[in-house]
Amino acid sequence: MAIDLPAGITPARKVKARSSPARRRGVYIWSLMVFVAVLFLWWALCYLNVFPAYALPTPAAVLKSSWQDLSSGTLLNDIVASLWRVAVGFVLSAILGIPAGLLLGQHLRAREAFLPMLNFFRFLSPLAWIPFAILWFHIGDKPAIFLIFMATFFPLALAIMSAVATIPAIYFRVAKDYHYKSFELLTKVTFPAVLPQVITALRVSYGIAWVVIVAAEMVGCQDGLGYGIWEARNGLRLDSAAGYMIVIGLLGMGIDRFLLQFSKLPNVRWGYER
Amino acid sequence: MYAGDMKDDRFIRALKLKNVSLHYGPVKVFEDISLEVRQGEFVVIIGPSGCGKTTILNLLSGHIQPDSGQIDRHGDIRTVYQKDGLFPWLTVSQNIRMGLRSIADPQQRESELQSLFGLIHLEEFKDHYPHELSGGMRQRVELARVLAGNSDILLMDEPFSALDYQTRLRMRHELVRLLEKRPRTVVFVTHDIEEAAQLADRVLVLSKRPAIIQWEMGIAAPKPRSLTDPEVVEAMKAVLEELGVLREVAV
Repeated sequence: MAIDLPAGITPARKVKARSSPARRRGVYIWSLMVFVAVLFLWWALCYLNVFPAYALPTPAAVLKSSWQDLSSGTLLNDIVASLWRVAVGFVLSAILGIPAGLLLGQHLRAREAFLPMLNFFRFLSPLAWIPFAILWFHIGDKPAIFLIFMATFFPLALAIMSAVATIPAIYFRVAKDYHYKSFELLTKVTFPAVLPQVITALRVSYGIAWVVIVAAEMVGCQDGLGYGIWEARNGLRLDSAAGYMIVIGLLGMGIDRFLLQFSKLPNVRWGYER
Repeated sequence: MYAGDMKDDRFIRALKLKNVSLHYGPVKVFEDISLEVRQGEFVVIIGPSGCGKTTILNLLSGHIQPDSGQIDRHGDIRTVYQKDGLFPWLTVSQNIRMGLRSIADPQQRESELQSLFGLIHLEEFKDHYPHELSGGMRQRVELARVLAGNSDILLMDEPFSALDYQTRLRMRHELVRLLEKRPRTVVFVTHDIEEAAQLADRVLVLSKRPAIIQWEMGIAAPKPRSLTDPEVVEAMKAVLEELGVLREVAV
């Protein structure tokens, strides 16, 4: 950003823009350094034999087993299986949770009636549903999808409900002045007014879904990243398990990055600039 | 359209409150208050804070129902708030289009939009979002929106009080200029005596709660009025006198 100043005038101070390329590069370098430091710590723990080798595999061993899992195709298969289950469970809970949140947010009576029950279910760990999931849905994708749904629906609906309930009254007054009514009010005022929070809520519940998938796939599944970890544990292959953990972490970050892009849409940016 | 050249339609009523009472729990906000506003008139309501200035606007617009009394409205009412009245998820031109929703013909809508942009001189910001504009620019967009299409009555709730002093001065002239092009009936609430003296055809002073119209004064001087016009200075003195401010400061 070059500004032409008249001769003899120097800028008082250099203002560093918040997201200048130089600054962003700096952030990357720092996070890379932290990453390298953690890797080194891991390696040092192995080198010093703090834990026996079978209990804490070295980075090299993990890399090797991951390569094996990848070339045999099991890792890829497990990734696809897990992504599918998370996607279905997550989309189901968004399809039902967003309208439920909008509805509850708009009607005080309904909110008061449902809030205790929603909170009750929110505090039930999805793991508690495992026995029911198996008995109701047997094996395959369904129990895992059910668990993901149970884990994400309640926090999502609650977040959207409270977002709607806290929309500034001024928007509704303005809407009334300009004759927005019923359905139009919902789609042109209520929904865009909470869209930034909807996106944040979706990111949060996606995070929950991704965490839950590991536990969900430990029962009733024959593939998936969670199943892979469980299998590796049974065979005392912690090198493979650690490889799966790294994949889960990286995929989680990647998809969150993708969801973050939605918060850069021009009609929601206002919601994040405070 | 000012008090002076209104003789023909002097008695066309735009708004009327008759014997209106309102309580918030034990607090009596209004007890039997009455008020009439003529079509095309610019009425400024001034009074101590907490006396119910904003509540009068809410009653007039129908956002609040009175406990008793009668309220008549003749025309489409729009309100300008102190700030944050624009929808932040819509661009400047989308916000202004809100005011053009009643116009069915798309071509006419477009030409209306163009002429409104011509009035507020913000054409180059038409695709910006409100949070990307300054407070003064946002209020200019707000003025374009309320003046768009076929609104009749503007209720203005301290529309310039969140702006800095110089912008406020400019916005007063902007408002006078826009109303010259697009005459409307205006009820304008403020605590700013300068604003009242520069803008009003009639100033109403509200008393403390339960509020009544304690005093009123017409100002016939043509607009735009400069702050230093003798009529404006006179009016300011009169209002200050009425509010008891001069005496307090003198002591």
